[in-house]
Amino acid sequence: MTVAELSPTAQDTRSALRLITCGSVDDGKSTLIGRLLVDSKAVLQDHLAGVQRHGQTDLALLTDGLSAEREQGITIDVAYRYFSTEARKFIIGDAPGHEQYTRNMVTAASSADAAVVLVDATKLNWADAALQLLPQTRRHSLLLKLLRVPSIVFAVNKLDAVEDSAVAFRHITDALQAFAAQAEIPVTAVVPVSALKGWNVVDASEHAGWCDYNGPTLLEILEGLPVTPSDTALPFAFAVQWVEKFSGSSDTSQGRRVFWGRVATGSVQPGQSVRIMPNGQTAVVAQVLNHVRNPQAVTAGHSAGIVLDREVDVSRGDWLLAVEDGSPATLEAKREIRATVAWLDDETLVPGRVYWALHGHRWVKAKIKRIVHRLDIHTLAEEDAQQLEPNAIGHIELALQEPLATLPFERSRTLGSLVLVDTASHRTSGALLVL
Amino acid sequence: MNARTENAVIQTALQQAHDHHLSNAHLDALEEETIFILREVAAAFERPALLFSGGKDSLVMLKCAEKAFGVGRIPYPLLMIDTGHNFPEVTDFRDQRAKELGAELIVRNVEDSMARGTVRLAHPGESRNVHQSVTLLEAIEEFRFDALIGGARRDEEKARAKERIFSHRDSFGQWQPKAQRPELWTLFNTRLQQGEHFRVFPISNWTELDVWQYIARENIALPSIYYTHQREVVDRRGLLVPVTELTPPRDGETVQVRDVRFRTVGDITCTCPVESLAATPDDIVIETLAAEVSERGATRMDDKTSDASMEKRKKDGYF
Repeated sequence: MTVAELSPTAQDTRSALRLITCGSVDDGKSTLIGRLLVDSKAVLQDHLAGVQRHGQTDLALLTDGLSAEREQGITIDVAYRYFSTEARKFIIGDAPGHEQYTRNMVTAASSADAAVVLVDATKLNWADAALQLLPQTRRHSLLLKLLRVPSIVFAVNKLDAVEDSAVAFRHITDALQAFAAQAEIPVTAVVPVSALKGWNVVDASEHAGWCDYNGPTLLEILEGLPVTPSDTALPFAFAVQWVEKFSGSSDTSQGRRVFWGRVATGSVQPGQSVRIMPNGQTAVVAQVLNHVRNPQAVTAGHSAGIVLDREVDVSRGDWLLAVEDGSPATLEAKREIRATVAWLDDETLVPGRVYWALHGHRWVKAKIKRIVHRLDIHTLAEEDAQQLEPNAIGHIELALQEPLATLPFERSRTLGSLVLVDTASHRTSGALLVL
Repeated sequence: MNARTENAVIQTALQQAHDHHLSNAHLDALEEETIFILREVAAAFERPALLFSGGKDSLVMLKCAEKAFGVGRIPYPLLMIDTGHNFPEVTDFRDQRAKELGAELIVRNVEDSMARGTVRLAHPGESRNVHQSVTLLEAIEEFRFDALIGGARRDEEKARAKERIFSHRDSFGQWQPKAQRPELWTLFNTRLQQGEHFRVFPISNWTELDVWQYIARENIALPSIYYTHQREVVDRRGLLVPVTELTPPRDGETVQVRDVRFRTVGDITCTCPVESLAATPDDIVIETLAAEVSERGATRMDDKTSDASMEKRKKDGYF
């Protein structure tokens, strides 16, 4: 506990790191989170008393809160937990490992600053210098890379349960690094842990040198990771979320409406020329309010209220995009896009179907023109496909009912991401990452 | 909320509390997220309402709503499902606050559902808390609400920790934990079929400590029973049960007067205070940091029946 945390009015610049854990079933994700919470003294007595089973503490029960989860001993949906250390605050999403719950893992990953991928040493042929990783380790790592989770940490678990932990850790580390290099997955760290016994999770002292590892503990690594930076370097882009009208007045000149939303990229200040998408009209920003209505410039990631210098047709879902020297800066609206898709629905994706697509706050109809290919998660090979099954990852081409100004997801999370929604069932069916 | 508190640290903190500027990056981020969600509800739904009990969590949401829309411009009505067993300090405060904000306050009573016969108690002394679901669903049908904003937090309870921010409910108001919609980035799928609605939780990611730090920072007024006061209670299996007309002492129980405050307010028949001398939000922040028992564990009689009781109630339409 710090003075900053104790005092409600003191300076506290600690930002929260949004963290997820992933890996296969029974790799010990829930146990690891339970260990982080218990060893950092974040669990209250009544909660700890509630997770006793046969006279022993079952740490997984701290996060597995659904009755079906306790019945089956698996995690079905993401549980969010909160804890803090002197160094920082954490929001942890405990994501399920089962392939059938990939959509819940993707949900947790889409907002994460960092991910811990658990690797169960006992499930691998650890004595083999050229061992094969489990499919879920590959799938999850690949999804994390696709979703641009900035920091990826591999935690090799259950090393206390293998015969030669140092050899096992070395072989597994080599396999992870080889796979990561092939898939171009940036790896922040590989750390040996025993979630069950608490080794190398929070405290290291007793087991220094275990597995020939002398680096920081998992928590020490997590305390040092950066939060996701906003896209401030790109030109200004802004999706209109809510239009505040000052009713009771027929005056429609400047200042009668405020357009509220979150700055997706760049920053905005008075004098900025903008083009309104999709109608193409232009205007100049007259005033910018922050979320508590004080006038000021606002940068990417923050809410802003924008007042334009003239009366133009702007409604929810429209985008305000920077115009430099009379021409639009980099962003072109297109009627066709190509994207990586993570297919999340129980129904198969087939070409020809029309879905709702949501981009920022705009809903448009989108037709699947063709499946370019499916990604084999074992070999990373691109293979021909006529359809995409639940939990598949592939590339598709879509035709849009109205043009959208997008950027590749690699350049901007906000401008490069869409979801597809089934027009019949209204289920969220796919996550789209613009290529 | 670590369990270790040292007096020296607390004293230093108290002294420094007055000297520092109001700056807490984490609270700023939570506030911004909440405002974003409140605006999304206003824009995406036709008939939303904000559940308002007069409790601390709903008062924090109202504060964020004032910031999101401007004072006097909150674009949805406030809805209270009243069990008829509320602390008068809280209902009085609720009415006064709604009036100050110029907000429309809709109150629907469990007692009316009982009169209609849609709520039947197993026995006269039964807590009406669980029956709020029925009255709530009746209000949803009456006003055709398509989104209800609630102040539930994921740190309160394990089933809540699993729930999405935009939580889809079917025409029976049921939560289906195994079939939750993926919630990607901040792209919220708010599409509904006829008769369905959403429960929306803008302060999902706040903890009890965050709420109290925000109350301290923003000078949010609360019902008086959140702060220390003397009250007649009986000690029943470790819980301090308030002595009221509805909750009289049982045979053999000794009535004591203790210094207490409420960590959570709700139906009188299932809400207990904790022993405390905390008189200000700052005091409570420090108490919360030192707490060894959770908010619900210390105060709720109805959550203890089974580990899955909240999940079951949510599946039945409960908030």
